[in-house]
Amino acid sequence: MSETDYDLVVIGAGPAGLCAGIYAARARMNVLVLEKAAPGGQILITDWIENYPGFPDGISGFDLGDKMHNQAKNLGVNLKTAEVLSMDVSGENKILHLDDGSISTKTIIIATGASPRKLNIGEEKFIGKGVSFCATCDAPFFKGKTVVAVGGGDTAVQESIYLTKFAEKVYLVHRRDELRATKILRERAFENDKIEFIWDSVVSGMDGFFNVENVKIKNVKTGEEKTIKADGCFVWIGIIPNTGFVGDALKLDEQGFIVTDHTMATSVPGIFAAGDVRTTPLRQVATAVSDGSVAVISAEHFIENHPD
Amino acid sequence: MSEKIIEIDDDSFDKEVLKSDVPVMVDFWAPWCGPCKAIGPIVDDLAGVYGDRVKFAKVNVDENPLTPSKYGIRAIPTLIFFKDGESADKITGMVAKAKLESSIKGLLK
Repeated sequence: MSETDYDLVVIGAGPAGLCAGIYAARARMNVLVLEKAAPGGQILITDWIENYPGFPDGISGFDLGDKMHNQAKNLGVNLKTAEVLSMDVSGENKILHLDDGSISTKTIIIATGASPRKLNIGEEKFIGKGVSFCATCDAPFFKGKTVVAVGGGDTAVQESIYLTKFAEKVYLVHRRDELRATKILRERAFENDKIEFIWDSVVSGMDGFFNVENVKIKNVKTGEEKTIKADGCFVWIGIIPNTGFVGDALKLDEQGFIVTDHTMATSVPGIFAAGDVRTTPLRQVATAVSDGSVAVISAEHFIENHPD
Repeated sequence: MSEKIIEIDDDSFDKEVLKSDVPVMVDFWAPWCGPCKAIGPIVDDLAGVYGDRVKFAKVNVDENPLTPSKYGIRAIPTLIFFKDGESADKITGMVAKAKLESSIKGLLK
């Protein structure tokens, strides 16, 4: 393998990417971690994390992300703000085209995570005007008001419970008749008087003059429609992988997540994936950091097996 | 926080932003908002680069309810880019640094 700018480039500085950076720096690899926005990733918008080991009383998403970032800085991890627009992986050395130039590397760990899935019913015009994907950012704007929350997984349930600290009433709309969320979260939601469940339903529309005023709900079993007067609609219906820059270079699953084996290796030798962006049965901080560390060891082995 | 960023409130908004000779980028934030804190360093960096041509200001929406209400802000972080006293551009949510930089450059055209 000929000379490259780096041994390893990690794309994304959420928990997976930061953990990878920490492991790579300690392995004395010539590593660069790229982040287009802020280090921390999706946990920056989570209000509280109580299942990540090491924090007996739980910790806020921002604080956990901040600690991981500081740890990486303390270990001298090279972190640059840049976005990868595309990659050229046809040759032995990989080329990444950034928004401010191109770099070459022997190995890549893609840790770009995922973004909230949208409703796709034209709610874009109400984003910031009632429609939100972040309770910790926007819940206080709905103090004493009525809001709709959509979803049935951990995020939807946990964040809805958080919303009740501010909102007077939360209608939790879920397309099935049973929540998918972890049992402890279900228990808390059912005990919460401010949450009213609307089962077997989806949000079919919303209207308002400047901000959201009405949210239309449709029962998917009966077809029955009704309108709820609400000032906001929080959407937590899943995530979609951030793989735009990948193109068709790597094998992806049906939902667009990157397919890897248990060593985090993708379909292209020398390229690995870690965290929410890959096909995995569980997407949590705990799994992301695990993936990040394994991916680094795999990248190290790859470089050892492909010497200059 | 970079020394190039000024903290303003409901009272000083008119003088510092609407009557400013230079374009102003106003960052509406709150201490309990994770993404608001997360973009802090990004705004610091940009203030370091463009601070001589653009004024950078922050408004804590917790302590200053009037200004956010006047601009219909119901979500944070929200960054509003002012030119000649008018809102020329607006970004809501945590976005890539490149997007913020592009909006700042837009103010300088």
